[in-house]
Amino acid sequence: MAYSDKVIDHYNNPRNVGSFDKTKSNVGTGVVGAPECGDVMKLQIEVEGDRIVDAKFKTFGCGSAIASSSLATEWIKGKTLDEALSIQNTQIVEELSLPPVKIHCSVLAEDAIKAAIHDYKTKHGPGVRRQT
Amino acid sequence: MYAEKGKHVITSLAEHKAVLDTCKHLEKQGLEVTYLEPTKAGGITLEMVRAALRPDTILVALMWANNEVGTLNPVREIGALCHEKGVLFFSDATQAVGKVPVDVEADHVDLSVPVGPQDLRPQGRRLLYVRRKNPRVRLVAQMDGGGHERGMRSGTLNVPGIVGLGKACELARTELEQDAAHASELRDWFEGRIFAELDHVALNGDREHRLPGNSNLSFSYVEGESLIMGFKDLAVSSGSACTSASLEPSHVLRSMGVGDELAHSSIRFGFGRFTKREEIDFAVEQVVKAVRRLRELSPLYEMVKEGIDISKIQWQSGH
Repeated sequence: MAYSDKVIDHYNNPRNVGSFDKTKSNVGTGVVGAPECGDVMKLQIEVEGDRIVDAKFKTFGCGSAIASSSLATEWIKGKTLDEALSIQNTQIVEELSLPPVKIHCSVLAEDAIKAAIHDYKTKHGPGVRRQT
Repeated sequence: MYAEKGKHVITSLAEHKAVLDTCKHLEKQGLEVTYLEPTKAGGITLEMVRAALRPDTILVALMWANNEVGTLNPVREIGALCHEKGVLFFSDATQAVGKVPVDVEADHVDLSVPVGPQDLRPQGRRLLYVRRKNPRVRLVAQMDGGGHERGMRSGTLNVPGIVGLGKACELARTELEQDAAHASELRDWFEGRIFAELDHVALNGDREHRLPGNSNLSFSYVEGESLIMGFKDLAVSSGSACTSASLEPSHVLRSMGVGDELAHSSIRFGFGRFTKREEIDFAVEQVVKAVRRLRELSPLYEMVKEGIDISKIQWQSGH
């Protein structure tokens, strides 16, 4: 598999690896994928107000899956929840020059962002502050 | 050519795609194929073949040694049974030649693609063994036009290729014992060190009855392709080299009942006459480093360390 330099860079130097305490109220956790499919991503966000102040990930998967989730954490840091929700997998495909067989990795990264935000919002109930 | 004798073929789910895809093609032409399920170790037993034989069976196609996990089939016993029943026996010896003794007479093999010792032969040269008598195997010509190679494959012969392959086979035969001992010793040294330094590693295949230079290992909680990226100085394959263009987990491991999760985490290592001890030590360091690093990245390893049973989690799949 020929990878782009950016994928190799994220694989060799993944950004924001680690975990937050998922029981904390300001943390949202998204776990997507399945071991039998060869990809599992865990992406976590730490939120203040409606802004993501920190993000961490752990990924079981190929180089593209690791790079997609690493990139996702870089991109969502500092963004509001709504801004993060607007990230599309196609942007990840473009940034990392993913080949067609690896597009599912970018889809998974987008799903992981959404799942983490969903988890955070669920913790805070329907009354959570939201930009509309 | 054998259609009037019957229409049933026996093979195994752990065969190489070259055999499986051919069987699929034959099925489209009206033949019936029984795909034997291998044991957990990847082998086929004599009893399995005996139970699958039918009066209209014309061919049994079972490999000498598996190309991914290295498991050896009881070729001699299966061959004897086939001859007793008047069924042709094809055995793919691609992995076996030069590594274990291969004797088409003693082993009752009618058709074989020995290819030649893989690390000695000239690249791109291969051979087909077709039994001439007891029984004589008749094949449809692959191409017409001059009747070369007993009429099966016309065309000017590749003399340098034939000479090279002949010499490679001669060397493989005369030095087989010493090569096999060398490969086994390195393989055992490699596995010993890997198992000592890493937890959650599983051996795929048959520890005893396998090729001397083969080691197929599953490193739980890390994915094979990312692992291979982690040791760029090693030439290994995730699954079989032949199907590494595909993202599907190995069909061989699946047929042995290895779960998809572990199949995604498997790597095949090979050791041969040109492998040196220092290279093994280097390989062990690279593998251990990469596995540890990727496990630090792995949410599954983290869950296992926290005592979570990941087999009980409802994963959302669909990708």
